Formats: sequence, structure tokens, C-alpha cells
Amino acid sequence: MNKLLAGVLPQEGGLEASVSGKYTAAIGLCGLLTLVGVAAGIHSLYAGHEHTFGVSREVPWGVLIAAYVFFVVTSTGLCIVSSIGHVFGFKNFNPIAKRAVFMSIATIVAGFLVIAFEIENSWRMPVGNVIGANATSNIWWMGTLYGAYLFFMLIEFVMLQKNDHKTATAFGLAGLLTGVAAHSNLGAVFGLLNAREFWHGPYMPIYFITSAAMSGCVAIIFFTYIAYRANNWKMSSEMEKAMEGVAKVGALMMAVIIFFTCWKMISGISGHPPGKYEAIMTLLSGKYALNFWGGEVMLGMVIPFVIILAVRGKSMPMLFAASLAGMIGIYFMRYDLVIVGQLVPHYHGMGLVDYPELLSYTPSLHENLVVVGGVAFCVMLFLMGEKLFRGHVAEDH
Amino acid sequence: MRINDLEKLENEGLERLTSLERRRFLQLGLAVTGVYLGGTILSLTPVAEVQAAELVPEVGQYPYSPHYAMVIREKFCIDCERCMEACVKTNDVPVYGFRTTILERRRTVAGGAHETIFMPVLCNQCNRPPCVRVCPTTATWKDKKTGIVVMKPSRCIGCKTCMTACPYNARYFKEENRAVDKCDFCWESRLSKGEKTTACAEACPADVRVFGDLADTKSRVFELLHTPETIIWVLRPEVGALPNVYYVNV
Ligand code: SF4
Ligand code: SF4
Ligand code: SF4
Repeated sequence: MNKLLAGVLPQEGGLEASVSGKYTAAIGLCGLLTLVGVAAGIHSLYAGHEHTFGVSREVPWGVLIAAYVFFVVTSTGLCIVSSIGHVFGFKNFNPIAKRAVFMSIATIVAGFLVIAFEIENSWRMPVGNVIGANATSNIWWMGTLYGAYLFFMLIEFVMLQKNDHKTATAFGLAGLLTGVAAHSNLGAVFGLLNAREFWHGPYMPIYFITSAAMSGCVAIIFFTYIAYRANNWKMSSEMEKAMEGVAKVGALMMAVIIFFTCWKMISGISGHPPGKYEAIMTLLSGKYALNFWGGEVMLGMVIPFVIILAVRGKSMPMLFAASLAGMIGIYFMRYDLVIVGQLVPHYHGMGLVDYPELLSYTPSLHENLVVVGGVAFCVMLFLMGEKLFRGHVAEDH
Repeated sequence: MRINDLEKLENEGLERLTSLERRRFLQLGLAVTGVYLGGTILSLTPVAEVQAAELVPEVGQYPYSPHYAMVIREKFCIDCERCMEACVKTNDVPVYGFRTTILERRRTVAGGAHETIFMPVLCNQCNRPPCVRVCPTTATWKDKKTGIVVMKPSRCIGCKTCMTACPYNARYFKEENRAVDKCDFCWESRLSKGEKTTACAEACPADVRVFGDLADTKSRVFELLHTPETIIWVLRPEVGALPNVYYVNV
């Protein structure tokens, strides 16, 4: 075991993490929050979602699904970003690749942790998914493909540590392909539901992939900057180049997302398509307007886009500010997408009495604790990764 | 010509269209649904949509045997909720859930009065059920013989995708079973034990809920759906789920 680990863990070289009280405290805090989240999750499985969660029969998917989507979008995005350098050979991007691969694993594991508590009987999954496999179910495809994806990414990471770049590239490509397939299936989970007009259509899978690429760029800037800043490491000029490159790709993706969002909104209001119109208006001027304009549009699109263009991707602190705004904004995007899609009631527009115009959902304490636990777990893995793998520094190859 | 004006035109019928012409459109996957102004304007629609619009299957083409269906004689419902009570008792429905419920519609009618219509709803046992398509573990499926959409609770992982997919809000998560629960036309509780009708239909004092086998041309459901000149509708036809619960006002 020790020998095996020795092959994977770098013994020397790279960057040494500063061991300080702060580091230990951060790990401790994250560990504690993770435990609290897991405890809340286990309690809710035991007591039943009916009593502990804010979800209902009409709005069955809550903030946990949103957080899961956030994590897996980020993971797929990090995988895409890592592959630019060492699958497709754009050498400029190599310095960020190892950290991106590691964080893509950390984020998907955090996503699995969160979804395990949203699915009321997750323990039935391993057997049920095999003996009951349903090829028409996008959820089935997504789960299965993401399982394979995690496996490929783990092998890729190990091979990268062992400096076996040929094998790493092969598994990186396999991870990329399964990740993209899994991710478009996640989009289709929403897009193929005829009953939910806000989601229905080919837009979802396309949007999901694009926004994954955007999230990946934002996330790698975010984590790289924090790692360097917290440890007082100095960025090599290659690393700065890579950050600049990834920021520009991110800005391009933001432009595409801005374009998509504009047309989604316009097509949702012109001609008042039933079911869709009500949902879109909730975002534009209703209860979710602050989420949409403040969170999605300002934090998620406009601010990071403008910052990256203004500094031409060159100032690291500014890029970090852009990525911070982006991460928060993207979280709002996922939340709105999942929740608002369910808010138009099934029998709307039939003139029913005592029937809500719009349903509502508020996350409960249990749900919020699980989400915080998932985030804390992800951060903990990040912190441990920086130390164990010595700043994920790429060797020349 | 504006679209609004078009709608006012009289359909001149399809008789004058040669079968050659019709076949040409069919090859394109389009069916002719109307001819206006001596054939200068044709109304076309995709064939698949025409078939989907045929709510009641053609006689002799029922996919199931017995093909269970329910006809709801909507205007006779008085909202006494005895059907709901019977359902709760028969199928152990918890207080926070329901398998069937009564919705209420109101509109103003001539003279300023109000008209109230009660609308019983339940699982439509859809012929193209979205809930079945999305389930990752086939914990819910359409029974090959009866066409009833059934559940196997021990297989349900509780992902709730079926609840999001159902256009009719017919599913809920039953904590007691740790699985999603839904109306199964009383299959578990009654039909499989030899009873002939559902608990709600039996309990209804106003003869609103008519349950039976659509494949049996002598059944009441068959008669209700095949009486000339009756208007038959289903809920949310646009989602393409093809319900087996029909609404009439006779
Ligand atoms: S009404 Fe809903 S639950 Fe019932 S078969 Fe149709 S989609 Fe499934
Ligand atoms: S909640 Fe149960 S029945 Fe519904 S889709 Fe998930 S596993 Fe299938
Ligand atoms: S029992 Fe009959 S009349 Fe009473 S609410 Fe139910 S369907 Fe309506």
C-alpha cells in the first residue's frame, strides 16, 4: 500500500504547502461542516423528506438537485478545461491541467454526496440500476455514465502522478467523452419532459455543455488563485499565461451563454407560450427577478465578462474577482433552472378555484445543511489535494 | 390574407382532393386536414399529430385486453368527495397524499351568474406514460395485459423523476412505503382479487366515474365513448401522453 501511494504522491519537487494553524483550522472546519451535512442528510432519510425537506409533490426537486447540477457541471467543465492542454495538445494550458483533473474528481464526489441524500433510497441504486436498467431513462444514462466518468478521471489522475502521459491522455479522452455524454444526458433529463414547458426542448443539453465549459474556466481560476495566494507561492510565467488563456476561453463561453439566455428569454415571452411564459416572467419580473438579474446576469455573466475583457486576462487578482462572481452567479443559474422549471402548476390556465397561479418552494434547514456539507467537503478535498500533491505542478513533457 | 381571416373560412371538405394528391402529402409525412377556396389553400399537419389527436383508439385496435379505462361524466360531479374517502380507505393513502382529488373550475356565465364545475382527476394510466420512460430502475411500468401503470415499491430509489415527468400531478412519495405511490385503478386492492370496479367508482353517488374495459364493445365505457355526437376530451392533450381517463358531459 505504502509503495503504491509512494508512486502516486510526489515526494519532492513542486510547491510545498505552508503548514500553519490556519490550514489545520480550515481542514477542521470543513470536516465539521461535512459531518453536520451528512448528519442532516441521514436524519432526513430516517425521518422522511416529507418532514425534513421543503420539497413537495408538486415541486419534487429542491436545492439538493440544484447543488448536484452545480457540482457536476463544474466537474464536467474542469474535465473539458484540463483536456484542452493534455488531450488536445494546446501546451499553453498544461500548467492548469493537473489541478483541473483533481478538482473535477473532487467536485463530482461532492455532487454524489449531495445527491445521495436527495434520492430517498439511494442504497437501492446499485442493484436497481442493473436489474431494472431502463435505456429510455436519461437519469439512468446520466448515473451510469457519470460512474464511468469518475473511474476514468481517477485513473487519469493516477497516471498523471506516475508521469505516464500516454495512458493518462487515453483515459483523459475517455473521461472527456463519457463526461460530455453524461452531461448532455443531464440536460436531457430536463429537456425531454414535455410536461414542463420551461425545460422542454433541445435547448437544455446544448446549454448544459456550454455552461459546463464556462464553469470549468471560472472554477480553475478560482481554485488556482486561492491555492497560490494562501500558500504564498509565486506563479510561474507559464502559469500566468495559462490563466490568461483560460480566462479568455471563459469569456468566450460567457458571451455564448449571454446570447443563449437572451434568446431563451425572448422566445419565452413572445407569443406567450403557455407554461413557459409564466416561468420566464417569474425570472424577469416576479419572485425570482433578483436571482435572475442580480445573480445570473450580473454576477454570472456581465461582471466576470467585463472584468476579463478589461484586464485582458492579465491581472490575477482581477481574474480571481471575476471567478468569484462567476462561481456565485453560476450557482444561481443552477438553482433557478431547477426550481423555476417546476413552479408552473400542472393544471394552470384552466380557471381553477383555490389553485395557485405559481407554486413555491423554500429550502429547509436540513436541505441547506446538506448543501453546505457538500461545499465544505469539496473545499476540504481541495485543501488536502494542494498539500498532498504539492501544488499540482506539471512537469514538462 | 391574415391568419385570423383564414380561420373564418369554411372548410370545403376533403372530397374534392384526388387520392393521388393526398398520397403525395402523406409521403411527405403530412396529412391533409382541410381544403379552402377551391383547393388554393390546403391545411396540412404532420401525420403523427393526427394520430395523437385521435384520443380514443379505433375500434378493434386497443393495445390491451382488458383495456381498462375510466369515463368521467364531469358535469354530474357534486364534490361530495366520497370517492376520495373510499380511495384513502381502500389503498391506505396517508393524510399528506392523494391518488385522486377533485379540482374546481368557475366561470361567469350569461346574466352575471357563476357556474361551478367539479373536475375529478386521477392517474390517466397513459398509453405513452412519461413517468415510465424516465424511471431509471423500471420501478414503474405499464402492465402488458391491462395497460395499468403499476409500481414496484421495493425497486423505487426515490429519485422523484417520475413525479417531475407526470403532466397530471398523479404521483406522490409515500414515506410509509419508501416509494412513490399512485392510482393503479385499484389493481392491488381490488381488481386483482376479482372485484370488477374501482373503489371511487363504486362509492360515487352521482354515477360520475364509469370504469370498465374499453376492449369490450358491450361495456359502458365503450358505449359512452362511441355514442355519436358526443364530445370527448382528455386533460392536457398537448403533452402527448394519451390518457385512458376520458371526460364527457352526457
Ligand atoms: S397520469 Fe402521470 S402517473 Fe399516470 S400514467 Fe400518466 S404520466 Fe404516469
Ligand atoms: S421515484 Fe421511483 S418510480 Fe419514480 S422514477 Fe424514481 S425510481 Fe422510478
Ligand atoms: S364521489 Fe362522485 S360526485 Fe362525489 S366527488 Fe367523487 S366523483 Fe364527484
